[in-house]
Amino acid sequence: MASNKKYWKSVEELNENSSIVEALQSNEFVEQIPVDEFLGDKENLSNSSTSRRDFLKYVGFSTAAASLAACEGPVIKSIPYVVQPEEIIPGVADYYATTIADGYDFANILIKTREGRPIKVENNSTEGSVTGANARVHASVLSLYDNLRLKSPKINKKEASWNEVNAKVKASLVDAKVKGGQVVVLTNTTASPSTDKLISDLATKYTNVKHVVYDAISDSNALDAFQAVYGFRALANYNFENADTIVSVGADFLGDWQGGGYDAGYAKGRVPKNGKMSKHIQIEANMSLAGANADKRIPLTVANQKLVLVKLYNAVTGAGVSVGSIGKLDSEVEKAAQQLKAAGSKGVVVTGLDDFDAQYLVLGINLALKSEAFNPSDAKLTRKGDAKAVAQLVADMNAGKVHTLIMSGVNPVYTLANSKEFVAGLGKVKLSVSFSTKEDETAVKTTIAAASSHYLESWNDVSITRSNYSIAQPTIRPLFNTKQFQEALLTWNDNATPYYDFLKGFSAANLGGKTWNQAVHDGFVVTAIGSLVAQGGNFGGSASKLAAAKSNGLDLVLYSKTGMGDGQQANNPWLQEFPDPITRVSWDNYVTVSKADAEKLSLENFNVANGGLNGSYATIKVGNATLEKVPVIIQPGQAVGTIGLAFGYGRKEALKEEMQTGVNAYTLYANGNANQSATVTLADGEHEFACVQLQRTLMGRGDIVKDTTLSIFNKANEAGDKEIYNPTPVVSLDHKEVAATSVDLWTSFDRTSGHHFNLSIDLNSCTGCGACVIACHAENNVPVVGKAEVRRSRDMHWLRIDRYYSSEETFSGDIEKKEGSTGLSGTISTLQEMEDPSANPQVVFQPVMCQHCNHAPCETVCPVAATSHSRQGQNHMAYNRCVGTRYCANNCPYKVRRFNWFLYNKNDEFDYHMNDDLGRMVLNPDVNVRSRGVMEKCSMCIQMTQATILKAKKEGKEVGKDDFQTACSAACSSGSMKFGDVNNTASDVAQLLEDDRMYHLLESIGTKPNVMYHVKVRNDK
Amino acid sequence: MKKLGNPKSFSKTIFSLAFSAIFAVGVSAQEPVATAAPAEAAAAPAAGSGDPVKGKELFNTNCAACHKLDAKMTGPALRGVGDKYDKEWLYKWVKNSSDLIKSGDAKAVKVYEEFAKANMTAFPQLSNGDIDNIVAYAMEPAPEPEVAKTAVAEGSEKTGSGISNNLILGVLAFILGALIFVLFSVNKLMRNLAKKEGVDVPEDKSPANAVVSFAKAYVKNQFIMVVTAILFLLTSAYFMYGYFMQIGVDKGYEPIQPIHYSHKIHAGENGIDCKYCHSSARVSKNAGIPSLNVCMNCHKNISDFQGSKDSTYVDYTKEFYTAEIQKLYDAVGWDKATQKYTGKTKPVKWVRIHNLPDFVYFNHSQHVTVGGIECQKCHGKVESFEVMKQDQPLTMGWCVNCHRETNVKVEDNGYYAKIHDQLAKKLGVTKLTAAQMGGLECGKCHY
Repeated sequence: MASNKKYWKSVEELNENSSIVEALQSNEFVEQIPVDEFLGDKENLSNSSTSRRDFLKYVGFSTAAASLAACEGPVIKSIPYVVQPEEIIPGVADYYATTIADGYDFANILIKTREGRPIKVENNSTEGSVTGANARVHASVLSLYDNLRLKSPKINKKEASWNEVNAKVKASLVDAKVKGGQVVVLTNTTASPSTDKLISDLATKYTNVKHVVYDAISDSNALDAFQAVYGFRALANYNFENADTIVSVGADFLGDWQGGGYDAGYAKGRVPKNGKMSKHIQIEANMSLAGANADKRIPLTVANQKLVLVKLYNAVTGAGVSVGSIGKLDSEVEKAAQQLKAAGSKGVVVTGLDDFDAQYLVLGINLALKSEAFNPSDAKLTRKGDAKAVAQLVADMNAGKVHTLIMSGVNPVYTLANSKEFVAGLGKVKLSVSFSTKEDETAVKTTIAAASSHYLESWNDVSITRSNYSIAQPTIRPLFNTKQFQEALLTWNDNATPYYDFLKGFSAANLGGKTWNQAVHDGFVVTAIGSLVAQGGNFGGSASKLAAAKSNGLDLVLYSKTGMGDGQQANNPWLQEFPDPITRVSWDNYVTVSKADAEKLSLENFNVANGGLNGSYATIKVGNATLEKVPVIIQPGQAVGTIGLAFGYGRKEALKEEMQTGVNAYTLYANGNANQSATVTLADGEHEFACVQLQRTLMGRGDIVKDTTLSIFNKANEAGDKEIYNPTPVVSLDHKEVAATSVDLWTSFDRTSGHHFNLSIDLNSCTGCGACVIACHAENNVPVVGKAEVRRSRDMHWLRIDRYYSSEETFSGDIEKKEGSTGLSGTISTLQEMEDPSANPQVVFQPVMCQHCNHAPCETVCPVAATSHSRQGQNHMAYNRCVGTRYCANNCPYKVRRFNWFLYNKNDEFDYHMNDDLGRMVLNPDVNVRSRGVMEKCSMCIQMTQATILKAKKEGKEVGKDDFQTACSAACSSGSMKFGDVNNTASDVAQLLEDDRMYHLLESIGTKPNVMYHVKVRNDK
Repeated sequence: MKKLGNPKSFSKTIFSLAFSAIFAVGVSAQEPVATAAPAEAAAAPAAGSGDPVKGKELFNTNCAACHKLDAKMTGPALRGVGDKYDKEWLYKWVKNSSDLIKSGDAKAVKVYEEFAKANMTAFPQLSNGDIDNIVAYAMEPAPEPEVAKTAVAEGSEKTGSGISNNLILGVLAFILGALIFVLFSVNKLMRNLAKKEGVDVPEDKSPANAVVSFAKAYVKNQFIMVVTAILFLLTSAYFMYGYFMQIGVDKGYEPIQPIHYSHKIHAGENGIDCKYCHSSARVSKNAGIPSLNVCMNCHKNISDFQGSKDSTYVDYTKEFYTAEIQKLYDAVGWDKATQKYTGKTKPVKWVRIHNLPDFVYFNHSQHVTVGGIECQKCHGKVESFEVMKQDQPLTMGWCVNCHRETNVKVEDNGYYAKIHDQLAKKLGVTKLTAAQMGGLECGKCHY
């Protein structure tokens, strides 16, 4: 039975003696609030200079003054255009197709603009687009309005004009040509054919120009491996929709592995259809998004993962490469290998091991499988970085060989492990130029800090895959005195053509028959490609090398967090406050260690009185590099003998003080390899995390997340009885057990006419990526509250993604064990034993937002009727009516209501983006910005549903069946969230409502929510 | 008067035209003076031979889009055109100017070049007689600038009446004061007299004492005191309530705008549709203040106030309105003299009149396009407002009342077909109000 599972939320709960867990289950606060400290202290009170009379006088005066001041309204000016652009109608949003290509994230997207300002990123759903915008892409619109952007070019830290900059660079280029000095253009992966052309033009003109591509987080080994097999530097592409068995060895392909964007295809194969779904086996060290979604997760050290690859190779090809044992998990791996072999062309293997042989072998295995999910022809072009070339560059710079260094989109001073050598080398370069949107670590060290335009202010072309040719168009004029790199290249090439014209001319050959206007409108074209053919290879040799792998100390696996990526958007408050899907920690990075290792190293995590999470500090050593004071998180599922650390934190330059969080993992990124051997020691001090973890505990109640296995699911379907895996909760009525849905205290409205909105969330396809969280932020003007406030559980996210660890490994054994327990103490001790994660828990993600209950408990307790129900199923919140009693939040069983403890806008105490004019440009003008002292919550994007209705009314026709959207459902690229009108029986949600897997959260309490969930099914075959 | 175009008088006409042309060349240097000179003006109709009244009609229908009599527009000012060019030339020019230019006629080319090589529309439909009429109208003397005088007169009259009113009041006040003074002096004198005479004047009968005794009696009567107190409290509560309820309600708000724009002239007298300027009201939540290029659609041609001074809709002088139009030109960067945009713009900072609080969502297109509500329903009879003002209170109660009373316009709207049928059946009505459609739910306007 699904509800027999015990879910737990934190390591703390494993501690039998923890008083906090128990206390939190029954009380909101662990300790009494110290009211008496002040009020009980008579002496203090009597010594207070303010008497009661004085107090009343002040109150009277301030009330009178306030009411007098309120009598005069402000004069509001309204300034129309002098000449209004044809396409802009004030109050109507315009959408532009464009493409993000910041060197780390690549996607075809739509930009919503209002009155000329970009305010939101949407997925470009045109067929054939490369989409799947992740949380960072959704947040990138806020980075456009970053007040700390480089606002004009600088020469030696003094503002300069572009003419001066260009003259200086040109002079240096000419000087280099005359003297025979080397010119190096160091860029991130632009994936832009036109930029490559401009750089090669530069090389033709000035000779001795070298183009080095540098990815902050390198996929160099994977690129080398692909090149070795296919003779083409790119990354293999995968379509997981075509796979029945997916074996991932250390590849977080639902996260940022090789650029990400695989979740849509993956999710399609994960929804059980005709009794079938894909089987996903994840073998990894860190607990990743992919691992959290896997049917079977095997935690192993990096060295053992390499052995696993050899075993897979042996199984699939029948080769007999001798390979050692990995211990007690050997049988599991053997089983996985057999499943993979059985799947044949329906199987696929991917790996994230940062090792040439591993990457090479995986290509070999997929070729041997003839995998249908493996698509090398449409290779990804979003990584091109060459770690060796970068290392050579640093050496050349220090040898004084480099005359001029021109950088664009890279920040090597921050991202290189040998950053000190690079800085020393910079001193020997005659002229260094850095094109950057920020005055970052590198830009402050270079002669010229060239202010580069944001991607939303630039033209560009991007080839995301071989068959994709995308156009990026500006959605706003440059806000500052910035130029894009390509404009400067044209100037240096003495080409007077503006980049727009150049691009238009250049792209003509790539548009595959489409016109320029059509391509710009769509944002991309799909071009025909020839297939790449494997040129054979010595896979057995690689397997032999891998078979010799041994662990040496703790395996450090460096990874990128869903929120921060490679760290270029570190000054983005939305991303800083975005809780990590796995650890649920915001505003930090940390080292993740397994419970066993933590005990060995005396590292600990514990919750303090206010519910906040504290942790030890550790010192990590990799070779000669040391990273001090790294906060520790004890991560269930972390393979014993491994630790994990995320990139992207620990930046200092061009960052607001509050955003300077975490430690810089790049210092341990020796030779650009993500797998390192490290030693960890306990350091002094305690770290305070901002973790959304022990709050709102829903312990021991199985009707919150229902999950089952595919065999039970299929059996139940054969029997035609969904009650087997999705039981309807029962309550006692007249001493008889009846279905909870049949008992009702309230009379229901008739909701059969008009629209009735429902949101459906399929737990099977939700990967926990968090794109919806940021999309909700952007759409609904949700404020950022900062680390200290998040730690106090005052986060404002309207939509949270709860992550629950389960404790089971063999499900049937657990049922036996639980049912075998007798007596109160026996049951308790059994349950406590069952809470042991056995080092490898299952994970489930559950997005929770306001459930828009038809019988909402919040509505009945509001003394001023500020929250009320609509006929369309939405639970309305009238902010102007709210007086801030917070009764509603207390009475909400789902804990989704958020209270504005402070004024978060125009308040310098909250120095994020709502306190400056620039940052406020991102606000959605259709949604109110809430003030202090009012409650807020998910509105089911009523501004969007109303807009859809109005559009239909104006056109005089009915709303299309799936026209209704919310910000979260529109952002969900895996299709887990579906929104629509259940009164329209043709709509997706109407059908989902009838699905056997459908259940409501806490159905037994009879709230009748308008948000539904679908039981998670795991493939146990 | 001889009709022009009569072949018999052809030579005569040529002669007279030639004469007048020579004369015109002589005076063109001092044209303004010449046009104002009555002698010259009198000579023109005599020499010309057309009907200025018919001419005016023709001018307004055919020429006024590009020409004015006394100012350059798309084309040159036409006053005195008969003196500048001979009639034959004018016929050719009007009927097909491009031919004339192609033929290389010096005058034609000069005009063509001067007006940015813009071809004048050909008017082959105009007969020579028509052209004569137009020329006759163009040769009429310019009207004397009377408006200025009347304006001054009006002004002085206004100020005069103001002073006289004040004077009367002052005199009255003075008389009243004097009377009081006289009464007091008489009283004093009488008392003094009585004292001298030895007559005893009873002091307690003085009015002051009477008031004091009345007040004492009043205070002593508790019933009256209580009643008074209650009345006083009720009255003050009434006024307090009234005061507090109008806070933030700006009905009648009529701020001074940077440009005096008269809806009375535009929407009222000229009957311009509201949505010509406020076009986004049809499609957007904002009705939108028109951008200045919309103003210039008409004001490129209308550079001065052209209404009749006798019209009832004119509240200010002609000069005043013309100066306001000039403000528009300054803002949009239009040079009246060269008929070109200078590129120097300065946006107009209008004072917003209808201010809804941020927590209210109002969408114009919902009401204008879907609901088919007249603009006047919420904005009042704007076409009669010389200065724009807030006509309605714009309070929530006001919105809600309308939602309760107004039937939704469901006819011919496919969106409503199904919903209307279902709801109408359920509620047992044939017409649905906005409230019955859910128009009173909080979240429909507050989000």
